[in-house]
Amino acid sequence: MWSYLARRLVQALFTLLIITVLCFILTRLSADPLAQYATNPNMSAADRAALRERLGLNRPLPVQYLRWLGLAVQGELGNSFFSKQPVSLMIAQRLPMTIILMVTAEIITLTVALILGIISAVKQYSFLDNLITTFSFIGFSMPIFFIALGLILIFAVKFKQMGWPYMPTGADIWDPKDLGQLVRHMVLPVSALVIITTANYSRFIRSSILEVLGMDYVRTARAKGLTERAVLYKHALRNAALPFVTIVGLDIPYLLGGALVTESVFAWPGMGRLFWEYAQRGDFPVVLGVLLIVSTAVVLFTIITDMVYTLVDPRIRLG
Amino acid sequence: MSSDTLNSSGISTLKVESTGAALTPRQLIWRRFRKHKMALAGGIGIALLLLFIIVGSIFIPLEKANYVDLKARLAPPSAEHWLGTDSTGRDGFSRVVYGGQISLIVGILAVVIEISVGTVLGGVAAYYGGWVDAILMRFTEAMLSIPSLFLLIVLGKFLGRDVQTIEIFGLSFSGSVGIVIVVIGLTSWMYLARIVRANVLSLKEMDYISAARSLGASNSRIFFSHLVPNTLGIIIVSATLGLAGAILMEAYVSFLGLGVQPPTASWGNMLTSAQSFIQRGAWWMWVFPSLFIIFTILSINLMGDGMRDAFDPHSSRHM
Repeated sequence: MWSYLARRLVQALFTLLIITVLCFILTRLSADPLAQYATNPNMSAADRAALRERLGLNRPLPVQYLRWLGLAVQGELGNSFFSKQPVSLMIAQRLPMTIILMVTAEIITLTVALILGIISAVKQYSFLDNLITTFSFIGFSMPIFFIALGLILIFAVKFKQMGWPYMPTGADIWDPKDLGQLVRHMVLPVSALVIITTANYSRFIRSSILEVLGMDYVRTARAKGLTERAVLYKHALRNAALPFVTIVGLDIPYLLGGALVTESVFAWPGMGRLFWEYAQRGDFPVVLGVLLIVSTAVVLFTIITDMVYTLVDPRIRLG
Repeated sequence: MSSDTLNSSGISTLKVESTGAALTPRQLIWRRFRKHKMALAGGIGIALLLLFIIVGSIFIPLEKANYVDLKARLAPPSAEHWLGTDSTGRDGFSRVVYGGQISLIVGILAVVIEISVGTVLGGVAAYYGGWVDAILMRFTEAMLSIPSLFLLIVLGKFLGRDVQTIEIFGLSFSGSVGIVIVVIGLTSWMYLARIVRANVLSLKEMDYISAARSLGASNSRIFFSHLVPNTLGIIIVSATLGLAGAILMEAYVSFLGLGVQPPTASWGNMLTSAQSFIQRGAWWMWVFPSLFIIFTILSINLMGDGMRDAFDPHSSRHM
C-alpha cells in the first residue's frame, strides 16, 4: 500500500512536470503579452523593449520556463499583464464563487440523479424508465449553452416582457456578498448545470444498479425471502455505488475549474470565466496559474480516489 | 472480443445465437446491431441528416448562405426565410445546411486525427513497453489532467496565431476550420490511446502473436496485421462516439468564438451570434442550430451505443 502510494506520487510529480512544460509552451507562445502596449501612444518602441527586458520576456524560452517554475513552486504565480494584480490573489477572489456555484449544482445533481437512476433501474422498461432514459439521452447529447440560452430566453427575457417575476441574466451589476442577490443569480446557472450533469449521472446509476441486480448474491438475498426494499437498499445500492464513487471523485477537481461556458453565458465571476477572459487577452501568467491549480487538483484527486476506492472495495488489491 | 466467454451471460448469448446456421463474427455483430432498435433509429437519423445536408447543398448555393441583407436583419421565420435570419440578415435555413456541412466535416476529420494518434500512441506504448510506455502514458495522463475545454482553448489560441484562408476545390474556407479540426483531434485521443494500450497488452501475450513472431514476422507486420485488426471493434465504437464528441466540441469552441469564423457558417458559430441577440428575443437564432446539433449528437450516440453492444458479446442482457 505505502510503496504503491509512493510510486503513484512520483509518477504524479512527473505528470505535473509534463503539464507545466506543455502549458507553458502553449500559453507563452500563443500571444505577445505586451501586445496591449503596442497601441499605447505614451510608450515608445524603446520603452517596450526595456519592459520586455525587465520582465525577462526576451530570454531563451527554457530559462523563462525554469524561472516561472521556480517561483510557482514557492506559490508565486507572477502578476497579470492586464490587471497588474498578483495571479494568486485573482484566483483567490474567483475560487469561492466557483466553489459556491459548482458545489450547489453537484449536490442537487447527485440527489436528483440518484433518485432518477434508482427509479429507472427498479422499474426497468416501464413508462417512467423510458421517459427518464429518453430525457437523459437527450440531455447527454445537448451542449450546455442550449439549456443556458433557453433558460435566459424564457426566465429572464420572456418573463420580463410578460411582467412576471423574472430571473436576472447576470449581465447586470450585482453584489455577491448579498445573499439574496447571490441566490437569485445562482438559480439559472445551477439549473443549467444540473440538467446536463443529471442526464449523465442517472444513466450511469441505472446501468450500475441493473448490473448489480443481476448478480448471484442478489438472487441469494431474494431467495432468503428478503423484501425487495431490503435487497435494493442493503445489498444492491451499496455495491452499485462503488463505481459511482469513482466517477464523482474524479469529477470533483474539474469543478474547481468551474464551468467555463456556463460561467461565461451567465457572466458568473468564477474561475472558468477568469480563464476565458484572460486567455482571450493572451495574459499568460493568469492562464498558466489557473491551469496549474486545476491540473494539480485533478492529479491529486485521481490518486485520492484510487486510494479511497481500495478502502471501500476490499476486492481490489494494489500491486 | 474477450477471453472469458464462459461466464453465465456468455453461455446464454451462445444459446440464443446458435439456433440458426453457424454465423461468422461479423454476421453476429450485424445481427446484434439490427436487433438494437435505438441503434437503428440512430442510424436512420444520421441518414436523414446526411440527405438533408446533401440535397440542401444541391438546391441552395453557398452564396445564399453568406448573403448579407441588412434590410432583413433579425427577421423571424417566414415563408421567405424558413428559419428566420441572423443579425446581418443572412438566411438561417441556408446557414443550417452549410453549417451542418462544416460541422460534420470538422467532426469526421477530427475523429480521423483522434483515431490515428490514439491508436498509434496506445499501440506503440503497449507493444514496446518499458520506458517508451512510461513516457507515453505520463504524457497521456498529463493531457487528460487538463480539463478538455481549457486545453482546447489554449491549443486553439496557440495554433490560431495567424489564420489564412484555404482554397479547396474552388471553395474557400476560413483557415479556422483547419485549426478547429487539428485542435479537436489533438485534444481527444487520450481515452482511445488508453483503451488501445490495454487491449494490445492483453493481445500480445496470446499464442498466435508468438507464433507469428517465430515465423519471422516483423514488428510492424505484427502490429498492423495482427494487433490493429483485433482492436478494430474498439476503435470503430470509439470513432462513432468520438464523432459525437467532436461535433459537440466544435459547437463549444465555435460558440466561444474561437472556432470556425464567419462568414463560414457552423452550427456552433451560429449560436455565438444568437447569444448576443437573445435579450431581444430572437429565439429562432438559438433554437434551430441547437436542434440540429442535438439531433445529430443524439443519433450518433444511439448508433454508437448499439455498436458497442453489438461488438461486446456480454451485452445481450442489457438490451
